[in-house]
Amino acid sequence: MLELRNVSFSVDEAGGRKDVLKNISICFEPGKITAITGLNGSGKSTLAQIVMGIKKPTKGRVFWQNKDITDKTVTDRAKLKIAFSFQQPVKIKGISVFELIDIAKGGGADPQDIANCLKAVGLSPDKYLAREIDAGLSGGELKRIELASVLARDAEVAIFDEPEAGIDLWSFNNLTTVFKKIRAEGKERTLIIISHQEKILKIADNIVILEAGKIKAYGKSDDVLRSVLRRLK
Amino acid sequence: MNFDEIEKQILCEVADLSEPPDGAYNFRVNGKSVGRKSTDNINVIPKTDKSGLDIKIEAGKKNETVHIPVVISTSGLKEVVYNDFYIGDGAEVLIIAGCGIYNCGGFNSVHDGVHRFFVGKNARIKYVEKHYGFGPGKGGRILNPTTEVYLSEGSEAFLEMEQIKGVDSTIRTTKAVLQDNAKIFIKERLMTHGRQTAKSDYEIELAGKDSVADITSRSVAQDRSMQTFSSKIIGANKCRGHSECDAIIMDSAQVYAIPSLDARNVDAELIHEAAIGKIAGEQLLKLMSLGLGRSDAESRIINGFLK
Repeated sequence: MLELRNVSFSVDEAGGRKDVLKNISICFEPGKITAITGLNGSGKSTLAQIVMGIKKPTKGRVFWQNKDITDKTVTDRAKLKIAFSFQQPVKIKGISVFELIDIAKGGGADPQDIANCLKAVGLSPDKYLAREIDAGLSGGELKRIELASVLARDAEVAIFDEPEAGIDLWSFNNLTTVFKKIRAEGKERTLIIISHQEKILKIADNIVILEAGKIKAYGKSDDVLRSVLRRLK
Repeated sequence: MNFDEIEKQILCEVADLSEPPDGAYNFRVNGKSVGRKSTDNINVIPKTDKSGLDIKIEAGKKNETVHIPVVISTSGLKEVVYNDFYIGDGAEVLIIAGCGIYNCGGFNSVHDGVHRFFVGKNARIKYVEKHYGFGPGKGGRILNPTTEVYLSEGSEAFLEMEQIKGVDSTIRTTKAVLQDNAKIFIKERLMTHGRQTAKSDYEIELAGKDSVADITSRSVAQDRSMQTFSSKIIGANKCRGHSECDAIIMDSAQVYAIPSLDARNVDAELIHEAAIGKIAGEQLLKLMSLGLGRSDAESRIINGFLK
């Protein structure tokens, strides 16, 4: 079980200190999809980055399988089988798609397995495996390669920061199918998806709504959506 | 030919050779030719007026290869070598050069190689040059290559020039003149570290109609090393020229890029791109999120960049 306990995050800004996250406590259930949603600036991406170790909480702790991993590096967490899909995919000149996915798989991977990771995000292996991850690829292509690299991790916790950003509807639909398939495998994987998309909220088991760095609602998907609808009426 | 272990290591690094290759060759070790072979289609002739070779490739002959590796393992040796290549019309040849210096003493070892290529009409050459240095001595390992390429009508040249590591000082001068429909593609890869200095100086003259030049330089400057990249493309006719200089700067290194475009014809299309920057934090984070440690991630990025 992945758990955030009383996590806060603040940054210094012109005009004083800004609280990005305030006292957040969440248990992410294994084998479930948890969607984190909220307005822009509500702290969703910061929360995801804290789980991956990209940012360190100002207060509070992060636990994975009852062990405190707050001080663990990004690499340490990757080795603990926690994976992260960046909202803005990174370009790396000189590294091919094949190499990136091979790194994700730990090196020396079966080429067919690498090809399958690309197919899962709707990319043709023949066309893309040899390509460099640089400006020659479109934003949508980079995003799908980013997602493929995370699927290749075979992670126990996978965090997707706005997977819908920059990909077309067909690929997004494909991706939601992949998320459902991962859950159906019954391997108790924890999926955390930062999203504004209704489709993601619909497939989620649990939903967290953030507002101005605080939890506005958190619980089973149906309960959270019903309470939101009630408030809107 | 008998080589000691150090010479074998250098030959392996600069020319990927463990034994005499097929095709024509000349092995130069510590200022002397220790093995030379001509073939039916390639004549390797020592110069009589100065140190070096005239290498003549017959017109129309294809899939030919020439290896001319240079090894220096004597501290304090200084040499200037002139190699001229005459490539006949329509010929196709792969030329593998490269020089490695092992310096275990206190004196500078210097190799200045001047290579001139006279490429006939519709001929095609690929030239691969690797430079490498190592050794425990305090003497410098200095390599100054000069490459001149004269491309006749419809000919093509592909130049891959790489400084792998361990060269303390280098001044790399490359010049080319292209006639009608001639093309040149240059790929340079350079790594400096410690207090090494490297200067790359390109001047490409697109003299002929529809001539094309493309220069891509990627370099990594580490520690307190200094690099200067200077390129000048002269568009003297209807032509296309592109030069791109990308550098990763690390530690306390310095990188200086001086692009220059000189258009002398309204139909000359010339472009220069230059980018210098450190390894992006997001690139490191991405690879670390896939399980690599910070230094492994850095190495992967640098090695990929210099591929």
